[in-house]
Amino acid sequence: MATEFAFPDSAAKAAGAPPEFQTEKMSLSMGPSHPSTHGVLRLQMELDGEILTKCDPVLGYLHRGDEKIAENMTYNQFVPYTDRLDYLAPLANNMAYAIAVERLAKLEVPARCQAIRVITAELARVSSHLMGLGAFGIDTGAWTVFMYCFTEREKLYKLFEELTGARFTTSYARIGGLQRDVPEGWTKNVNAFCDQFLPILDEILGLLTRNKIFMDRSVDIGVISKADAIAYGLTGPNLRGSGVGLDLRKDKPYSGYEQYEFDVPVGTKGDCYDRYLVRGEEMKQSVRIIKQAVAKFPGGDWYAKDARKIFAPPKDKILTSMEELIQNFMIVTEGPQMPAGEVYFEAENPKGALGFYVVSKGGGVPWRLKIRSPSFCNLSILPKVCVGALISDVVSILGSFDFVMGECDR
Amino acid sequence: MAVIPLERKPLTFAERTYLPQIASGLWTTFKRIFQPQVTLSYPEQRPAIPPGYRGVPTLVRDPNGREKCVSCQLCEFVCPPKAIRITPGEIPADQADRAHVEKAPQAFDIDMLRCIYCGLCQEVCPEEAIFLQNQYSLSGYTREEMVNHKDKLYELGGTIPDQHYKWDQKKTAAEHGNTH
Repeated sequence: MATEFAFPDSAAKAAGAPPEFQTEKMSLSMGPSHPSTHGVLRLQMELDGEILTKCDPVLGYLHRGDEKIAENMTYNQFVPYTDRLDYLAPLANNMAYAIAVERLAKLEVPARCQAIRVITAELARVSSHLMGLGAFGIDTGAWTVFMYCFTEREKLYKLFEELTGARFTTSYARIGGLQRDVPEGWTKNVNAFCDQFLPILDEILGLLTRNKIFMDRSVDIGVISKADAIAYGLTGPNLRGSGVGLDLRKDKPYSGYEQYEFDVPVGTKGDCYDRYLVRGEEMKQSVRIIKQAVAKFPGGDWYAKDARKIFAPPKDKILTSMEELIQNFMIVTEGPQMPAGEVYFEAENPKGALGFYVVSKGGGVPWRLKIRSPSFCNLSILPKVCVGALISDVVSILGSFDFVMGECDR
Repeated sequence: MAVIPLERKPLTFAERTYLPQIASGLWTTFKRIFQPQVTLSYPEQRPAIPPGYRGVPTLVRDPNGREKCVSCQLCEFVCPPKAIRITPGEIPADQADRAHVEKAPQAFDIDMLRCIYCGLCQEVCPEEAIFLQNQYSLSGYTREEMVNHKDKLYELGGTIPDQHYKWDQKKTAAEHGNTH
């Protein structure tokens, strides 16, 4: 009886071979604790020799119920939980969440606050892409790239530490403002970082871009067509790698992104190599945005002063005036007062479009908060893109997707 | 809108032999040997902690050595992971100079296994009594050890300069007949 193989290659060869070499399909679990699955992703694979005939991502190992948690606390209390979505770019998550809730309250934050948010979000993008690049490097056997990326990332974390007081879980944004103003000289440090970063980035990319060893592992592997990328709801560098020039910072500007000049890099083929190229170029564009934002860094307030029922009054007022003291107690215990209504806001995060859908029935607690996480949507294409690939290519594909399970499972 | 397609120039013959990239990669790593070291030999060398760092939460006393916390329980309320437990109590009778403050914590526990160092407690405190300070590494053998009780919190916190002396001002104001 002739066996039919969906993916002939090695298995068909084996079918023509003597009976002792004939193989049957094997199912294999990759993950949840596999170094190249970047977290607790499990791939349930069906193999025909070394070729995948089926690939089912199994999610949920890091599920914490963040959406339900949000219903049980005030808007500001949820900010630390947004750190833990895409934990490689917490500052960008903080900003996306704060803007979503501010849209609900129809609150406009001052220009200085917007500029600080843009700078932090772009720094977070650089740090996230560095991590993505480094991890992709490891997946394809380039350990040096990872070390150099981490050296740069460490400098960024120093900046985050000076700004927010924490390296990793920043909890920086608040509804209607920020946790605190930028410390003195911080923007100068940011500029200094940008200046020294560009040559080093070129050096790091130079290790990979024209490297035949790396290209053998990434060119023409995991090709996603334009139509597929759109159909599966991909966003961020993965979508742009497939040649779709969608960038929410350009298409639906928020937080003053329309003031800054930058380009949207897109790939031509949609393979792993394109996604790598897009990330490399995006870091350069981010540095461009940061430099512009620092150059015209506006003065003035760093929080919405008029929103007296949303942003707590300054500390010295709380300590000296009874009125502000009561106001502080009200904002903390009742939460920032929001009108009833619902709002959906998407921000262009390092991993893609992070969306918050907030439904409010008034008061300081969301009635429902839905998080659209880019990593989750990006992974939905895995069953399609992995079929027909070699196991070793799956590692490459996963690396090029640059997903974070904290956000995927939330 | 400026969308720039990324170019992919075909590799030259030399590059297809793998050799130039290997050589230039080795040259890059070789150059890095002579650059300054980027790592610290922790714990012998410690990183510099910037002002405003969010370390272990502590309770502080004012320069007169009096405890500042009035056990309003706002930090207990706001704490997202519910790490803080406060039992309110009266001001002890032997502290007559603080009688007008009315309340002080009888017990104040912060479970460091739950704390996420978000700094919301410090942010909402209306007395500037709780501060996240410089300490960042802590360990213990048991769960009980990881709960910081009131004494430990004051020991960690020490004294912080006070700008306002809020309750002293209130007392003077009250003595002058102005209760606001």
